[in-house]
Amino acid sequence: MDIFDLIGPIMVGPSSSHTAGAVRIGYVARKIFREEPKKAEIILHGSFAATGRGHGTDRALVAGLLGMHPDDSRIPDSFEIAQERGLDFSFESRELRGAHPNTAKIKLIADDGRELEISAASVGGGRIEVRELAGMPMHFTADKPTLIISNNDKPGSIAKVSEVLSREKINIATFNVNRSSRGGRAIMVIECDSIVSPETLQHIADSPEILSVAFVDPD
Amino acid sequence: MSFLSVKEMISGAQEAGLPLWEYIMVSSAEEAGISTEKSWEMMAMRLQAMKDADAGYNPALRSRSGLVGGDGGRMLNYARSGKSISGDFMGEVISAALRMGECNACMHRILAAPTAGACGVLPATLLSYAKKFDTSDDEIIRAMYVSAGFGTVIAERASIAGAEAGCQAEVGSASAMAAASLVYLHGGDEQQMAHACAIALKNMLGLVCDPVAGLVEVPCVKRNAAGAVNALAASDMAMAGISSRIPADEVIDAMAAVGETMPASLRETGNGGVAASPTGIKFREEYFGK
Ligand code: SF4
Repeated sequence: MDIFDLIGPIMVGPSSSHTAGAVRIGYVARKIFREEPKKAEIILHGSFAATGRGHGTDRALVAGLLGMHPDDSRIPDSFEIAQERGLDFSFESRELRGAHPNTAKIKLIADDGRELEISAASVGGGRIEVRELAGMPMHFTADKPTLIISNNDKPGSIAKVSEVLSREKINIATFNVNRSSRGGRAIMVIECDSIVSPETLQHIADSPEILSVAFVDPD
Repeated sequence: MSFLSVKEMISGAQEAGLPLWEYIMVSSAEEAGISTEKSWEMMAMRLQAMKDADAGYNPALRSRSGLVGGDGGRMLNYARSGKSISGDFMGEVISAALRMGECNACMHRILAAPTAGACGVLPATLLSYAKKFDTSDDEIIRAMYVSAGFGTVIAERASIAGAEAGCQAEVGSASAMAAASLVYLHGGDEQQMAHACAIALKNMLGLVCDPVAGLVEVPCVKRNAAGAVNALAASDMAMAGISSRIPADEVIDAMAAVGETMPASLRETGNGGVAASPTGIKFREEYFGK
């Protein structure tokens, strides 16, 4: 374990799993959505539902959706800030079958009606895991620079993406493809060893079979 | 490399011909792939975060549940009245621990060390020490490396999570880390640091995690005061030349073993200990009824 996991992180309290991890879940959801949502419907499960309010899990999730990091001292005021910025949010406590005890399921809705559903768990020490994205089971932590690419599941799209990354000298740590059905839509999750520039993201997005490209930075 | 034992960590420093704090800084920076300058800068930022959090304390604040707030201020007034049982310095330490625990419960920005629940122990001891002995920031940063070194061994061999091993792993670990760094600040040698760590952790062995209503409030905030005072006692014992009969590594292993035998009700579920007392249950019902 790194010494800065012992002396750190610097975070808004009271709980690394219920507060810091929740901010991170909101932040990662926003990054994958690629814009500030107009509306967020949030389902809290397990311990998030049971003790979430006392730990400020609700405010933490909204803070993350507004783009805040776990050390942002405005986290306690996130509801008011969301109101000012026109982000409409709602909470519901519900049992999600088989989900990790600290799970939030978030449906984000954009101005033009575009929707995205993401389910993520806070697994301790402020670390998180995305468990489901757009109805597909997932498993990534977003603690490395991570690309989330939605594409048509056609031959060549994977090669195209890795070609662009290698041209930009971005080393791939892990590469996962999740697809709903053969020939349908797929989501690639690529953990990289370095930050991916907006230009590179654009290059990837320019390929014909690529539907969307999102990038989550580690902090 | 991460340190797998206190013994290895100390002998590694001796072989490298470096003071323990520097050996910890150099090896951890190497492992993380960052420069020692960057590492120092990150540690300095963390010292500043502790100071800022303490400066931002407001005795009027209350936590969401209303169970926590104001006690740090109450304790400080009392300590400064000159009438306290434990004396001015210890009174300041107790107050500082309560203040930080309350900051955390009230959603202020704090430094987790090693966790948010135990965030009061390190600043209460180190910042109060610095004030009393007029210690420089650089020296406190070195002491924080010592804390971090002992902390990594505890995390590797045992745990720093209440959900895994109870509060002995959170406030207990924080107390052991603080004790070692107090010995460093007071001019003790590496062996004395290890003894202080061992003594502090032994005194916290078996401490359960039993947050009322599952919130990091009761008993967490006051437990930080206990962890801080225990660190003072352990470091003074070590400085007096008292040794721990059981070596630090074996105490840490014992803590892990105790943690493994703890029932789930005493590991952050809020179903045992004071959380399951009649008043604890009443608070929970009131809180969830709200
Ligand atoms: S009682 Fe549990 S939640 Fe509270 S400080 Fe101790 S370990 Fe953390």
